[in-house]
Amino acid sequence: MSLLNMFNRRGSAPVARDRLQLILAHERAGVGGSDLVMVLREEILAVIAKHVEVNSDKVQIRLDRGQDMSTLDIDIELPLTPAKAGGAKAGDKAKAAKLAAA
Amino acid sequence: MAKILVVTSGKGGVGKTTTTAALGAALAQAGKSVAVVDFDVGLRNLDLVMGAERRVVYDLINVVNGDAKLNQALIRDKRLDKLHLLPASQTRDKDALTDEGVARVMDELREKFDWVICDSPAGIERGATLAMRHADVAVVVTNPEVSSVRDSDRIIGLLDSKTLKAERGETMEKHLILTRYDPARADRGDMLKIEDVLEILSIPLLAIIPESMEVLRASNVGCPVTLNNPLCAPARAYTDAVRRLNGDTVPMSVPTDKKSFLDKLFTRRAA
Repeated sequence: MSLLNMFNRRGSAPVARDRLQLILAHERAGVGGSDLVMVLREEILAVIAKHVEVNSDKVQIRLDRGQDMSTLDIDIELPLTPAKAGGAKAGDKAKAAKLAAA
Repeated sequence: MAKILVVTSGKGGVGKTTTTAALGAALAQAGKSVAVVDFDVGLRNLDLVMGAERRVVYDLINVVNGDAKLNQALIRDKRLDKLHLLPASQTRDKDALTDEGVARVMDELREKFDWVICDSPAGIERGATLAMRHADVAVVVTNPEVSSVRDSDRIIGLLDSKTLKAERGETMEKHLILTRYDPARADRGDMLKIEDVLEILSIPLLAIIPESMEVLRASNVGCPVTLNNPLCAPARAYTDAVRRLNGDTVPMSVPTDKKSFLDKLFTRRAA
């Protein structure tokens, strides 16, 4: 380990600094509920709920907060309604929204 | 059916979150399915120590309030499939945690996992008592330092009175993890000895975690110490602790790192 450390003089502290800067920037932006990604999450789910009855067990939301952009990944299993029965297979998985917010 | 384990201490900064992450990862490395739950509402840090801070979507309070399903809030570790994190809320205060809501979430977690590890906030307020409320096993984290030992004694009193187990008249299984231990300083008489702490607190010892750079290094990069460098001294101590929790008999020791000549030179100068 120590030999490795001698070559890797940068150590783990710069990683710690970068991680803190990134997460604190997001947290400061989030004070007062203005965090864009969270606002988008709520509004996208509200819009979808208006049109289809979505079982919240079938909704998976993934988020990755980055330096210059974050990705919000919302996976929704749209229920098979009788009207749409023609083409779609039961339990079709629709990627409803994948977006990047600067 | 999971065993629910609370990691608690009374005093802050003694290594509860480090211990929660390390035990959780070590249990998952041993093949168990694990959920680690952060009860430090308003001051969450388990996400940061586990390296999942960028991926938090929902938190414990969202699940307690029914705004999100447990499945949606659990974050699966990227390195260990069997390790999951339920983060604390960063914005709302801890009064948002209702007794019934927490009981419901703990019941649900108990169904899904082999182990549920609750990371208690410091102090003896609501967050701390809620974290220990449903526990079957308690790990008390203590530094060999007077204020930490005193606060641990206070917490042991609460474990024996304020938990569901205590209220049912059963005895809470309690274990001590002694962190930041430095055998050289203890030998010189400048640090409380293991036997001193054990005699004062009189609960069985689960592990001795030696003072080590590796703990800081692991938290810097957001990786539980047992995963970041499994062979380092603190990682071996936590891995032994997990084997003891799983019922194995492992002789107690203070693991040490083999030091190179250069390292020895530097530590001597630092001491």
